[in-house]
Amino acid sequence: MKEFLLGKLDAHALPHEWFTIGGTAAFILGAALIIGLITWKKRWTWLWKEWLTSVDPKKIGIMYFIVAGFMLLRGGLDAIMIWLQQALSSGDSYGYLSADHFQQIFTAHGNIMVFFVAMAFIFGLINYIVPLQIGARDLASPFLNTLGFWLYVAGVVMVNMFFALGGEYAATGWLAIAPLSGTQFSPGVGVDYWIWSLQVSGIGTTLGAINFIMTILKMRAPGMTLWKMPLFTWGSLCSMIMAVTVFPLLTATLFLLFFDRYLGMHFFTTDLGGNAMMYTNLIWMWGHPEVYILMLPAFGVFSEIVSTFSRKRMAYYKSNILGMLGVSAFALSVWLHHFFTMGAGANVNAFFGVMTMIIAIPTSVLVFTWIATMYKGRIRFGVPMLWFLGFIGVFSVGGLAGVLLAVPPADFQLHNSLFLVAHFHTMVIGGVLFGIFAGINYWFPKIAGFRLNERIGRYAFWCWIVGFMMSFIPMYTLGIMGATRRLDHYDASTGWQPFYVLMLIGGIIIMIGVALQLVQIIASIMQKQRLRDTTGDPWDGRTLEWATSSPPPPYNLAVIPEITSRDAFFEFKQRGGLPRAKYEAIHMPKNTAAGIYISAFAFLASFAFVWHITWLIVVGIVGIIVCFIARTFNDDLEYTLSAAEVEKIEKNRLKDVRSEPRQGRDDDEDMGLWEFIKIVVTWALGLIGIRRRSHGN
Amino acid sequence: MATEQGHVAESHEAQANDRIGFGFWVYLMTDLLMFAVLFATFAVLRSNTFGTPEYHELFSLPLALAETLILLTSSFTAGLGMLAAGRGDKVQVLTWFGITFLLGLTFLGLELKEFSEFIHEGYTWRSNASLSAFFTLVGTHGLHITSGLLWMGTALVFIWKRGLNAPLVRKLTLLSLFWHFLDVVWVFIFTIVYLMAFA
Amino acid sequence: MSKKRETHTHVKMIGSIVLVLAGLALLVAFLLQGKNVALFHPRGMIAHEQLRLMLVTGGLLLVVAVPTLVLLFSTAWKYRESNHRSMHDPHVRYSKLLAVGMWLIPSTFMALLAFIMWPATHKLEPQKPIAADVKPLTVQVVSLPWKWLFIYPDQNIATINHLQLPVDTPVRLQLTADEMPMSSFWVPNLAGMLYAMTGHSNTLHLIANTPGDYPGSSAEINGAGFAGMKFTARVGSSEDFSRWIDTVRASGRPLDAAEYEKLLKPSENHPGALYSAAETGMYDKVLMKYMDPSGSEGHMHHGAHHE
Repeated sequence: MKEFLLGKLDAHALPHEWFTIGGTAAFILGAALIIGLITWKKRWTWLWKEWLTSVDPKKIGIMYFIVAGFMLLRGGLDAIMIWLQQALSSGDSYGYLSADHFQQIFTAHGNIMVFFVAMAFIFGLINYIVPLQIGARDLASPFLNTLGFWLYVAGVVMVNMFFALGGEYAATGWLAIAPLSGTQFSPGVGVDYWIWSLQVSGIGTTLGAINFIMTILKMRAPGMTLWKMPLFTWGSLCSMIMAVTVFPLLTATLFLLFFDRYLGMHFFTTDLGGNAMMYTNLIWMWGHPEVYILMLPAFGVFSEIVSTFSRKRMAYYKSNILGMLGVSAFALSVWLHHFFTMGAGANVNAFFGVMTMIIAIPTSVLVFTWIATMYKGRIRFGVPMLWFLGFIGVFSVGGLAGVLLAVPPADFQLHNSLFLVAHFHTMVIGGVLFGIFAGINYWFPKIAGFRLNERIGRYAFWCWIVGFMMSFIPMYTLGIMGATRRLDHYDASTGWQPFYVLMLIGGIIIMIGVALQLVQIIASIMQKQRLRDTTGDPWDGRTLEWATSSPPPPYNLAVIPEITSRDAFFEFKQRGGLPRAKYEAIHMPKNTAAGIYISAFAFLASFAFVWHITWLIVVGIVGIIVCFIARTFNDDLEYTLSAAEVEKIEKNRLKDVRSEPRQGRDDDEDMGLWEFIKIVVTWALGLIGIRRRSHGN
Repeated sequence: MATEQGHVAESHEAQANDRIGFGFWVYLMTDLLMFAVLFATFAVLRSNTFGTPEYHELFSLPLALAETLILLTSSFTAGLGMLAAGRGDKVQVLTWFGITFLLGLTFLGLELKEFSEFIHEGYTWRSNASLSAFFTLVGTHGLHITSGLLWMGTALVFIWKRGLNAPLVRKLTLLSLFWHFLDVVWVFIFTIVYLMAFA
Repeated sequence: MSKKRETHTHVKMIGSIVLVLAGLALLVAFLLQGKNVALFHPRGMIAHEQLRLMLVTGGLLLVVAVPTLVLLFSTAWKYRESNHRSMHDPHVRYSKLLAVGMWLIPSTFMALLAFIMWPATHKLEPQKPIAADVKPLTVQVVSLPWKWLFIYPDQNIATINHLQLPVDTPVRLQLTADEMPMSSFWVPNLAGMLYAMTGHSNTLHLIANTPGDYPGSSAEINGAGFAGMKFTARVGSSEDFSRWIDTVRASGRPLDAAEYEKLLKPSENHPGALYSAAETGMYDKVLMKYMDPSGSEGHMHHGAHHE
């Protein structure tokens, strides 16, 4: 009976170690705090109606940012824990973590950073910006979009669930390479949590990608041909096409691994004919393109920023696009370079080495187009532009290391060493994360209605850069010294410890950078009136997202203009503004909670799969099916804003937009760090003061 | 004015149809890629039998052939159903898709019969990698058929109750696309799994 | 505000970044004193060639990368808004030639790299025997739950976590694993790594040209005892080697089936062991354990399984 009700779940699964208890407590406390706050402010209905069930890609984008932001902190904490262990654990000292716990942390760190931070931020940006850039009102399927988001949230919960129940995450490395991830070597629930957090969010990604391909290809403003499309949209399109191509492979592979574990099949086992090398192939056929799925939208962000901040049209626009297309095409045929060392033979290795090198060509072309765009421009070094320059510096180091790794004989010495780890961190942090930061600084005024504080933004940037060099130069060095990755302990005689300590110090400086980014946001909110963007176009932008107010109305553009050129909005400005046209009725999708319900059932089902609770699996799957049927056979999905209503909304909105644009923004006006601390301290003192007074009464 | 708005609404509807049709095609491609992985694993693992009989001793070719013919016929009847939907003939739609549904059910029954015979003889997905790959590939197709039947069943109920309205016809179009797709996948399974076992 | 002050801030920033970089470089160089920088201290022909290839490739890459980066940062600096001396021309025309050039230059370099890489990959292929006058030494390596078993089939001895090699003698290592996930055999001072996997035999050829003790490990994560799965590759003269063989033979503990069973039990940070004899064909037996018994001998006796 107990087994029927709870499957493998028992009291032993409850938290009983310091880290699971700590994690659980932190999550319960956080949840209680948020729930309490919402209840106290009586915001539940508002939250449900305006946000959680919203199908507005702008709101979903913001929700992606919020969840991804929290996950960035969580993954960052993991990174510090890893480095702390490695800095301590030399010779006779074994640090503060057991090997198993250490391995779980770096596995979680990798998964969280790739799936639940980078991917989510990218999806957030695409959600918010792409429809605006192409002059669409919403997405091709607003429902698939909320479903994708909520499946992602279900994945986020899954990846943190082990704290509360089970007490272990996969200890296998972020790709759970077989046969280590099979039941023979990983009998616990850790790998199952890994499988299902990735599976659920991965399916969400596939659905999201299908949706954006439909949107970009079918819903552009009239006249916007593919060759007039903004580059961020182009990058997103390339990325989504790749996602649609490789995420099914991930889904299939995860299912096969799951069948091995759950049904006792033999795809990747050591015994009865399983082939673990097949797993390595399959997972990297997804894994390598995944990096480019993240990178291409980031390239697009940089193209937009370089063009806007140089006050110039993008140079060699078509070469830039061909570059991105080239990267996408070749990225699909290089996966084997992740395991030259498996012994495939010289011809195979050399072939994949050449394919990998070819990718460097379109990537360099992108760099050249950015240089040409800056040439004879008038470059403002705003924070987004700083992130671009930082990206170039860091990314080129990573890229060079990457080409080095593409040479098989060199890879035999560098593979699985910290050199490799340093390489992909310089790529993913330098390329993707810096791109995300640049994008957030660039589009923040559009999203929030006021721009971000520049001064503190610069401090954050410099902390990141210095901390990054502090941690990753020693990491490259360690790789050359022969340090393998994922070591929870090493001999004192190796002399590695000082380098690990340097890495930790660098990591702490990066953390300060992250803290400064939070301060930057808080300080900007405090100064929101002064930083307000009344024009909708704070950077003298070139693409259509700047043509509407900040933040934009739900339908984005009241009247969708006929596009005649690239940099559409800039051309309109040259000609004296957007063409005036008659308002028309607008069809808008209705909000829906179907995505939440389906994801909740998907979560239940995957939780039940982890713990082998058959009845709950049935409940979950039946729930998903019923919700799907209810949703797809519901025809009442849209509402219409009449032309008169649109006109009314627009008039109110235009009142703000028409007010004088702010003149000559002076950086020195932005609040500095000192000023911020003074205000916070005064505020805190005030709080104590008030309490004293109340005590006095 | 009224007609103009009506016209706008109609083109809005047509655009939505166009988009969703396109999106569904993209979805089918992702599904195809998933099947591609399963085909590849089957190709890699099929000889790792660890002592279970060769497939040509396990399979019954007539059964596989019957399954194939049934599924092909069901694709044909689905096509007839779509033609009827184009004419707006509700009764014929219900009839043809009803037949499709029954044929699909028969196919599923035969597949389950084959599976249960294997399992009864002691050849399960746990036996070895080869059989794992076989059960997964064929089973995944069967699972797709099952979801197709579920979809078809509900669509028919709604058509019966609400009549042939535009959204339902759109759903039928996608469904028949899905059904043909499964047919194509089955032809590959029939060739690669069944026929090649006898080659 | 002063554009001047802005420029000044930028200069200060760039100055400090250069200082930080230089400081870090000095610190790293200082910390590297007297340490084993494995990849830069090759002690065998293969590792040597691999280092050379890395340096050549790296150098070539820098030839393209450094000018590109200098061009990028100087362009950014030259056309900064506060610099009124540089010309702003938003409608500047771009030459078609440059469009071709930006594809051609990196393509040429990559082609050059590919031409270096292709033969090098064949030359340094781990399966390729090393040509030498001396008869190569064969060592069979089995990755066991968190220790390395080295079997010397010709000498009929075995060790745990100790690889004794004679100097200047080509070594043929056969790698497999037993009851272990994928492991990666790596002695960076001597040669690049190769995976050891159950049911597969990978071959790695290497040669040691300088006597000494070199650290070896598993470079691929394979469970809780992963970090402790280390061994020493000891390179000595051929006299040292034969003397060592004699000592091991004299140790009087053979590696029989029972002892092997014990080794299959997981253990961490194994201190190492020497075995005076190893059962013949042990390596092949380990390998066959994972192979399809029906596969190799054709399609035999299906009936037996029907029962």
